[in-house]
Amino acid sequence: MPTVYVNDQPVELKPDERLNCIQAAQKAGVEIPHYCWHPSLSVVASCRMCLVEVGDKKPDGTVAMVPKVVPGCQTPVKDGTVIVTNSPKVQAAQRGTLEYLLLNHPLDCPVCDQAGECGLQDFSFKYGRAYSRLAEPKNQKKDKPYIGDQITLFTDRCIMCTRCVRFTREISGTAELQVVSRGSGEEIDIFPGKPCNNKLAGNVVDLCPVGALCSKDFLYEQRVWWLKGKNSVCAGCSTGCSIRVDQNKDVVYRLKPRSNPLAQGEFMCDEGRFGWKYIHSEHRLKFPMQKLPAGITPVSWPQILPALRQALTEAAKRAPEKLAVVLTPFMTVEEAYLLCKYLKSLSPAARLLMTPAPVVGADDSYPKDLRGQAAPQPKFTIRAEKAPNRAGVELVLHHFGGTVESLDSILAQVSQGTLEAVYLTAGSPEGWITDEQAKSLAKAKLVIVQDLLDSPALPWATFVLPGTSWAERDGTFVNHAGLAQAIHRGLRSPGDAWPDGRICFELAGRTGIFHAPTIRQEIAGEIPALAALIVGDLGDEGIFLKSAGETASAADSETQVPVTGGSRS
Amino acid sequence: MSTYEPVLLARIHKEQSHTLDSYLADGGYESFKKALGMTPVEVTTLVKDSGLRGRGGAGFPTGLKWTFLPKDHPGPIYLAVNGDESEPGTFNNRILLEKDPHQVLEGIAISCYAIRSNTAYLYLRYEYGAAWRALQKAVAECYEKGIFGKNVFGSGFDLDVRLHRGAAAYICGEETGLIESLEGKRAWPRIKPPFPAIEGLFRKPTIVNNIETMACVTQILKRGIDWFKSIGVPPDPNNPRDAGSYGPKLYCLSGHVNKPGCYEVPLGITARQLIQEYGGGVPGGRGIKAVVPGGISMGFLAPSELDTPLDFNGPGKVGCLGLGTAAVVVIDDQTSMVDVVYNTARFFAHESCGQCTPCREGTNWMQRILHRIRSGQGRMEDLDLLLEVSGGIGMMPGTTICGLADGAGWPVKNAIRKFRSEFEEYIQSGRSTIKPCELIGAH
Ligand SMILES: Cc1cc2nc3c(=O)[nH]c(=O)nc-3n(C[C@H](O)[C@H](O)[C@H](O)COP(=O)(O)O)c2cc1C
Ligand code: SF4
Ligand code: SF4
Ligand code: SF4
Ligand code: FES
Repeated sequence: MPTVYVNDQPVELKPDERLNCIQAAQKAGVEIPHYCWHPSLSVVASCRMCLVEVGDKKPDGTVAMVPKVVPGCQTPVKDGTVIVTNSPKVQAAQRGTLEYLLLNHPLDCPVCDQAGECGLQDFSFKYGRAYSRLAEPKNQKKDKPYIGDQITLFTDRCIMCTRCVRFTREISGTAELQVVSRGSGEEIDIFPGKPCNNKLAGNVVDLCPVGALCSKDFLYEQRVWWLKGKNSVCAGCSTGCSIRVDQNKDVVYRLKPRSNPLAQGEFMCDEGRFGWKYIHSEHRLKFPMQKLPAGITPVSWPQILPALRQALTEAAKRAPEKLAVVLTPFMTVEEAYLLCKYLKSLSPAARLLMTPAPVVGADDSYPKDLRGQAAPQPKFTIRAEKAPNRAGVELVLHHFGGTVESLDSILAQVSQGTLEAVYLTAGSPEGWITDEQAKSLAKAKLVIVQDLLDSPALPWATFVLPGTSWAERDGTFVNHAGLAQAIHRGLRSPGDAWPDGRICFELAGRTGIFHAPTIRQEIAGEIPALAALIVGDLGDEGIFLKSAGETASAADSETQVPVTGGSRS
Repeated sequence: MSTYEPVLLARIHKEQSHTLDSYLADGGYESFKKALGMTPVEVTTLVKDSGLRGRGGAGFPTGLKWTFLPKDHPGPIYLAVNGDESEPGTFNNRILLEKDPHQVLEGIAISCYAIRSNTAYLYLRYEYGAAWRALQKAVAECYEKGIFGKNVFGSGFDLDVRLHRGAAAYICGEETGLIESLEGKRAWPRIKPPFPAIEGLFRKPTIVNNIETMACVTQILKRGIDWFKSIGVPPDPNNPRDAGSYGPKLYCLSGHVNKPGCYEVPLGITARQLIQEYGGGVPGGRGIKAVVPGGISMGFLAPSELDTPLDFNGPGKVGCLGLGTAAVVVIDDQTSMVDVVYNTARFFAHESCGQCTPCREGTNWMQRILHRIRSGQGRMEDLDLLLEVSGGIGMMPGTTICGLADGAGWPVKNAIRKFRSEFEEYIQSGRSTIKPCELIGAH
């Protein structure tokens, strides 16, 4: 086994593992501070924050050190490499680099969005000096409020790491950002009249290690230390980017991508990043409602659930082949499973249907070349399938013998009387049914709508069950590549809305509380295609459903360090 | 020494020396033909054995550099000729290109043949308008006469020489900055490895050589190794790593001398000889306070160090960075070193490409500290701060990508070490030597 020594601590590498000093030190739990290096971007070794001493341990045990400091990001390790990150020489170099970076920095942390999660603050605190020796006035550079529709630049906070520039050249391929001027007069800028509005643009804000590039959507909304984050999965498309939902007092303020080499890599698209606003829509359904002789009336869950159970039982008795549950690709695997199982327990003849995932355009891959064509080996793909869990729900559906049918076809069956009782689940942030379509529901004897937003279907509903957005529930989404990832409840729902998993769980009359990992294990035992869920806890990166080989690679992915970004499809 | 007969500059005073006819009349391109009669390896070996070291600043052995190219590479291999010549005080490339471009082009042709390259790019400093015109004409003549192009002199060797007018920045002279600039990008020096010989221009193996180096190649082919080795200084027997300083060198003499100019003399002449014998001494018989040995990035010789031989080793022995471009700038005793150093600091702050944090911020900081000192607001501790900054930035301590930062720090470090009392006196006096015109457009 090749062995690297980080501050005298041996670290074993896998035989084919190619790491730089920063990554090797990470394995030893040692932090090498860095700014310009990013696992998904090219190495420029220009910020000089990652300076370390390196050497070579000879077979006879002697060590030959390189007589100067070297950038850890640019220096590959091999068997016998010695890395020293805490010698007086390294500490002096770190202090030096930080002093230079802070020299002209405005230090306006009190009004800076990045404060609290700022690389400059963190590293200055750990490795810098506590005072400045600059006796001259600082450089002043004009802010550039319009870098793009979503991006603003506080020019003087920039540390010129060029991560943002490299992102637009190497990942989006759109190359809107550039460096202008020279020396300490340098600034990040766009080309005149060519703003940074590509569909991945928001990532430059995440990449920026300081508060230079800021998101206009988040600007001055919150101090980051007030935010509480929960890991989740973006519900925008079937890529299933790993994300974190940052909320405070049940209000979402932003989504951030999480690094996940099994899913999308390091980034997320702007559609997903900014597409969560419906979570706080004023059209959210807040209370269970039932159609009583007096009209549609808010009722409590303890009232509505027995009534609904009874209505469904009666419908199953009356004409089970005319009773259907309509699933959607916005549900979690657990919800689909609980509902299917419950319905089949009422009558094996009851029908299971699912509406297809909405498809918008074609898959959109990056980087783009000059002509806007995607590169042959994409690093990021926004998928046309605008739902998070078609794959997962279909596996459940097929196991229980259900079929995928369009909403129009289902409504036609309602009009023709071949369906009398329909349990419609929704969850789509876009409208899923038009006024005209909803009129078909008039013929139905029993309409149940489980949704998070008001819709034209509601006037025809006998029971309305207020569900929640993906950010408020626990469960499993399976992405386009068969990767099962966990979503987590990050905030409480408005009013008396319940996470859909709980609704399904309690409707089925189960005892206890809805606990996604437990249901996952139950599913694994029952549905062979989902056997991989037996682990219960899917971890931060999720697991592949398909083969044992892939599952194994997912399991030890903790130790994998992403070298290139992009999806592994 | 004064008996040395110039070779590189032998033709520059002739009428029409820049034309192909005049060059051919003096036996031009015969060396190229000679090279074509040898194998590329033989030519490389010849250049290697001559002991020629690069004239662009670093003094790297030229033939040795050529052998770093990958063997049996399918090509293309490129030669990038460095005519960016931006080191203050340096103008030897300019004279060669304006007055005798064919001598350089012949060296380029020979070098291309030796390294199996069919394409050379000549990167010319933007400001060199006359050289640009002379080169354009000279290259056109060569194509016309079949010296460049397909199957030159019926040898089966194809050769293209392309001219590229630079981007008007000092950093374009750094070899990988030059390559980036040739590729149409910002001249941000690349991180090494890979070195250009392995992966250079357009990601292909590339040799970068200076204009004067090319002229030397022509003369080595023409006159042979023995001639070249008869000039200059042999390796220091006490220093096993010294490759010697053979051959003639174009010293650019400027500053406070009576006869500034470009003088071709054997490597190893001392600063004093150069100033007295060639430069005619300092105007008004004034004393010498300091001498820049080879472009301002190399630091300063103090008056006691004027007998230092200006070969590849000499300046280093007295604390200078090296021989550099052998641009010798004389500073008389009426000049304030504080002003001189401010001027160098201003230059490098302006020319830093801005990529590396220590260079980008450090060069600018040094300039601002020196500006403050010059405005009468200096503090004694500024001197140690300047020493710390100038000693901490550069490839030598390992904090930057290219050598610009070393060159920016060196004159500051040198001046404070060698002339500290003058700085202290200046600070203590509280006087200011800033001229009103300097304040226009200042910070
Ligand atoms: C900041 C900087 C500027 C440089 N400028 C020049 C230049 O203008 N001309 C030049 O020939 N070499 C310049 N060099 C040296 C080149 O990097 C390179 O070493 C040289 O061109 C190699 O040619 P040679 O081996 O023939 O000397 C510069 C180096 C640095 C670090
Ligand atoms: S970028 Fe960081 S150090 Fe700078 S003002 Fe913002 S929080 Fe403070
Ligand atoms: S704006 Fe941010 S990401 Fe871009 S170069 Fe500056 S500090 Fe780096
Ligand atoms: S040392 Fe200075 S000039 Fe050289 S690459 Fe770094 S910033 Fe640019
Ligand atoms: S992280 Fe290594 S130089 Fe920036």
